[in-house]
Amino acid sequence: MHHVAGLPRLEGMAETAVDVKDLSKRYGDRVVVDDVGFVVEAGEIFGILGPNGAGKTTTVESIAGLRIGDAGSVRVHGIDPWTDRRSLTRVLGIQLQESRLQPKITVREALELWSALHPDPEPWPGLAERLGLEPHLDQRFVSLSGGQQQRLSIALALVGRPRVVILDELSTGLDPRARRDVWQLVRDVRDAGATVLLVTHAMEEAQELCDRIAIVDHGRITALDTPDGLIEAAGALTRTSFVPSAPTDLEALRAIRGVASVRRADDRVVVEGIEDAALAVLSALAGQQVVPHRLRVSGATLDTAYLDLTAHPDKEFA
Amino acid sequence: MSTTTTTTTTTPAAAVLRTETRLFRREPGSLFWILVFPTGLLCILGAIPGFRLDKAGLGGFSVVDLFVPVSVLVSMTLAAVQAMPPVLLAYREAGVLRRLRTTPVQPATLLGAQALLHAGAVVLSSALVVSVGRLAFGTPLPGSWPGYALAYLLALAAVFSIGSLITALSPNTRIGSAVSTVVVFPLLFTAGVWLPVQAMPHLLRDIVDLTPLGGASEAMTEAMAGHFPAGSHLLVTALWVVVVGAVSVRTFRWE
Repeated sequence: MHHVAGLPRLEGMAETAVDVKDLSKRYGDRVVVDDVGFVVEAGEIFGILGPNGAGKTTTVESIAGLRIGDAGSVRVHGIDPWTDRRSLTRVLGIQLQESRLQPKITVREALELWSALHPDPEPWPGLAERLGLEPHLDQRFVSLSGGQQQRLSIALALVGRPRVVILDELSTGLDPRARRDVWQLVRDVRDAGATVLLVTHAMEEAQELCDRIAIVDHGRITALDTPDGLIEAAGALTRTSFVPSAPTDLEALRAIRGVASVRRADDRVVVEGIEDAALAVLSALAGQQVVPHRLRVSGATLDTAYLDLTAHPDKEFA
Repeated sequence: MSTTTTTTTTTPAAAVLRTETRLFRREPGSLFWILVFPTGLLCILGAIPGFRLDKAGLGGFSVVDLFVPVSVLVSMTLAAVQAMPPVLLAYREAGVLRRLRTTPVQPATLLGAQALLHAGAVVLSSALVVSVGRLAFGTPLPGSWPGYALAYLLALAAVFSIGSLITALSPNTRIGSAVSTVVVFPLLFTAGVWLPVQAMPHLLRDIVDLTPLGGASEAMTEAMAGHFPAGSHLLVTALWVVVVGAVSVRTFRWE
């Protein structure tokens, strides 16, 4: 049912956009990226998810040719970013984490400049409009808020019509509304044919956008699958909770097949189990003549899966 | 089907230069020290009557005459050592250079644009100094134009390599600015701001002649008098250019 992680989904059909093989990078004797490998197909939104310091940024900066790996190889549409950065800049756009511009440059000037750097730029007024930059075109970079700087940074990554876009911590500093807008923009960019590499530590963002996700921890890929695949593999549980209208026999609920745990939390009863157990719990309550007020059923999310996959055993003994 | 909105097509390097020119014009501090201050200095000294008298001890020049090349060197020093390094350090610190590495244009283009703009401002300032000196105080024009131009270009190369070295070696903008300020004073002294090199006591003058701007100051004054500058003075400045330039190229970092 699931395709093998790291292999093209449609054999022979999909073009490989990014191919990372056995990538390693160390700073002094600290290994930051440890034997990382994955393949991203053209047109995919590929997430790299992991805690701070896991090696995510070093990995994508090696793909962008800003760092040279100590071992392994990288190809972006067949180009070697370590030896041929000039060709790479024609196919790859990157939004770097915490990268600023000339303090007194205006938004308009930055967009015009970046357009002029690329042979076939996308008309920047459209990008400015989609990213909500229009009211700020004549503002200087230093006077922009963090979110506005971030949106400008995204526009500059996209203006050259790259075939592969790397977005590092895309939604840092964005309010929820702007985040939704940016997510839609990322989907549109992909629909227009680009491949997107998304570095993030925001679970919701990864689950919302990514076709596949590599979870990176301590410089290694600990899991690589679709968001659903990751959740399923982690065996995360569905949680049903409610305020009972009358005293409830919790032992009877515990006896239900597929229920893993039952506990009280203040006035609520919380039941965890497999997805179908929620229905069985409801019918058992009906049998006890108990009405479940303020009922909440929440499915497993990437959050729980992620915590499972990046668990640090050494920390539990600390 | 390219739907470019801009009507003019410019090369990336030209676009960088155009943008940096706009940004340069937004730095009133730099513009004042490079363009206005050197001519202002000449005018203040020229307002003192005694300074306008020719003196045998100064090779037949008046003090104001000697301050024409000195003011030109002041403009160069303030542009290349005081004004430019903080701009480049801030670009490196903010990741502007790094970011440019991910585009089809080389980050060196940005450095080149900055050097060109600062050097351009120096040339404008020099023209102003020489013209105002000539018109207001009757200071001489260079007697040997080729000699003057050669000494001028060597001095320009010397201060810009010193500015690049400061940029290369400073870990951040704050330290860079402090280093610039410390380096500017001896440079201005050896250029002759406090005392023209020709009026310095013998031993001091011999030492100052071995510095990049001391040599340049001597060479420019000789060219002003109409001689081709002495090879030794040109050689001193040229050696500084080669040594300092080589070290700064070797130690420069983009990030």
